[in-house]
Amino acid sequence: MSAKFDLNDDGVVVVIGSGAGGGVLANELAQKGISVVCLEAGGRHLPQDYQNDEWGSFGQISWLDARTTSGDWRVAKDFSGLPSWIVKAVGGSTVHWAGASLRFQEHEFKAKTVYGEVNGANLLDWPIGLSELEPYYDKAEKKLGVTRTNDIPGLPGNNNYKVFEAGAKKLGYKQVHTGRMAINSQPRDGRTACQQVGFCFQGCKFGAKWSSAYVDIPQGEATGNLEVRTNAHVLKIEHDKKGKVTGVVYADKDGNQHLQKARIVSVAGNSIESPRLLLNSASTMFPDGLANSSGQVGRNYMRHMTASVYASFEKPVRFWRGTTMAGIITDESRHDPSRGFVGGYELETLALGVPFMAAFLNPGGWGREFAAAMDTYENMAGMWIVGEDMPQETNRITLNHAVKDQYGLPAPNVHFDEHPNDVAMRNHAWRQGAALYDSVGATQTYPTPPYPSTHNLGTNRMSAKARDGVVNKWGQTHDISNLFVSDGSQFTTGASENPTLTIVTLAIRQADYIAKQMAAKSI
Amino acid sequence: MKKIITSKGISRRDLLKGCITVGAGLAVGAGFVAGSTAVWAMETKHVTPNEMATLIQMSRDIYPHDNIGDQYYAAAVKGFDSAESKDRVVAGVAALDAAAQGNGFANYLSVPWEADRANILRGMEQSAFFQTMRGNLVTGLYNNKEVWPFFGYEGESYSKGGYINRGFDDITWV
Repeated sequence: MSAKFDLNDDGVVVVIGSGAGGGVLANELAQKGISVVCLEAGGRHLPQDYQNDEWGSFGQISWLDARTTSGDWRVAKDFSGLPSWIVKAVGGSTVHWAGASLRFQEHEFKAKTVYGEVNGANLLDWPIGLSELEPYYDKAEKKLGVTRTNDIPGLPGNNNYKVFEAGAKKLGYKQVHTGRMAINSQPRDGRTACQQVGFCFQGCKFGAKWSSAYVDIPQGEATGNLEVRTNAHVLKIEHDKKGKVTGVVYADKDGNQHLQKARIVSVAGNSIESPRLLLNSASTMFPDGLANSSGQVGRNYMRHMTASVYASFEKPVRFWRGTTMAGIITDESRHDPSRGFVGGYELETLALGVPFMAAFLNPGGWGREFAAAMDTYENMAGMWIVGEDMPQETNRITLNHAVKDQYGLPAPNVHFDEHPNDVAMRNHAWRQGAALYDSVGATQTYPTPPYPSTHNLGTNRMSAKARDGVVNKWGQTHDISNLFVSDGSQFTTGASENPTLTIVTLAIRQADYIAKQMAAKSI
Repeated sequence: MKKIITSKGISRRDLLKGCITVGAGLAVGAGFVAGSTAVWAMETKHVTPNEMATLIQMSRDIYPHDNIGDQYYAAAVKGFDSAESKDRVVAGVAALDAAAQGNGFANYLSVPWEADRANILRGMEQSAFFQTMRGNLVTGLYNNKEVWPFFGYEGESYSKGGYINRGFDDITWV
């Protein structure tokens, strides 16, 4: 039974966002008996509502509020108003995610120490290491039902995987399998096994993929301690004279504004909206925005070094059939500067339908070369490349006062310049991906540029010292003890793994910390 | 305003009577564009049939799929036959024809080789008209479920229970 809290109830924890960070935190707190109001900017869409239709689904669940872009990244040219491809709905981007659930590696928590000084990069070690997170990774993997953990078998490989695996072996890669996926390979947790529908990105209509939308949120609501308000878009976080946050102002679906009081506020709106909200909450006491004494709010925006390789073959692959991303090669996910760059990358299977392939294969491309590639669609295989990108202070979210959103607030501008390390890593990965497909008879390969960002990271970074970042090792802001950040914007550096498992892990750990601090009355 | 009208109920010969063949597969008549064999026809209301024929040819030249008929390109640009798009279309087609004339042709539709038409388009690739046409086609052509079979793409699979029993791992050549 969902709870119902009064706007003036100042004992609640307000969680802004209901995705991998906010949705999990809200549930974990509710399980501990803590009263939580979760404010979600989007509506509630559940498996029965999801569409096996790329553009239809895009219009249904994407975050499409006004945004601008700048910098030398190609997304700024091809998709200038769409820097990211994330979700505005209950469950956030866990509706859209592909399910890849990988732990970070030890060295990735110590990028500055291990990689050394990298010109132009604002590297920093995380204030935590792998050993500190391992017990929480265990919990996260159990929660998500990650394949190849907890005796859960791997998913079967689809056609795209068969090509990928054969090429990997020809190329001499050793670590190739169908992934650690938060997609049921057998019935579990009241949800069915994967039916190989092929529309993971559009929301899993069978609910085989873990999403906070239909797992954590209803679990939290069932405790009677969680109230989720949908279409509740938070505009500003308020504070008192002592500099403690006291509540949040949000607009409901009709645009009416409400003030929800709070004992604690957690921000989990993804790495563009979270810093934007802190910046938009500037006050006389905090003229540069909340929790921004370091000046780091919005900075060090990372999006992972990404790209794709598609390849055409003589015979059909029909790569759209089956689990979109159940295939991974981890051999390149290591720190080996002899390759010409620091950090590493993963290769993961990926397929797009005809509508999205036309939009993303070579954005802006046209003519016979483009059409000839599309003509081979049925015979295509594909992979996604995801690697660690370099944090740079100047890659940042700022407020664009020239462009206003539907509430009259300045829109976020996303500035991103690629670091030479990102470019070198991408070129290496493109070569490896093409060689993999060539080794199994590709007639053509296509080095495809990055899509709008799905992995948005780092804009409220975690740091040991207050001057270096925005939050401490618990995600608690250095400046304001009852203000937390609970999404991927906490990431100090990006690592090479898909971020969701780590976001969930940090949220579970943060819930323990918040509960203890509340019990001790220290916040 | 009908979407794509077919020649059902009217003989192809009647439909094409008085038509002028323009380009490879297109014919224009009074108030409509048709395939030159009249398997399809489309009425125009705001732009001239000749202008619509030019848009259709341009669309094919932007995304030339030789196994996809003109009617699908026509469906993709049909929305430009509107009061609000008319001025853009008139100016855009005039620019195309002027560029063709600069290359020694009578107009865009009379340029016989695709490579020459593509060169003309490349010269105006940065123009708002070209970008609007190309951007519209990305969804207008490739998001049309009727063209998906030409690519082998099967579309939604949930209603059929996914591919778990329908060939998600059926290739044997690799």
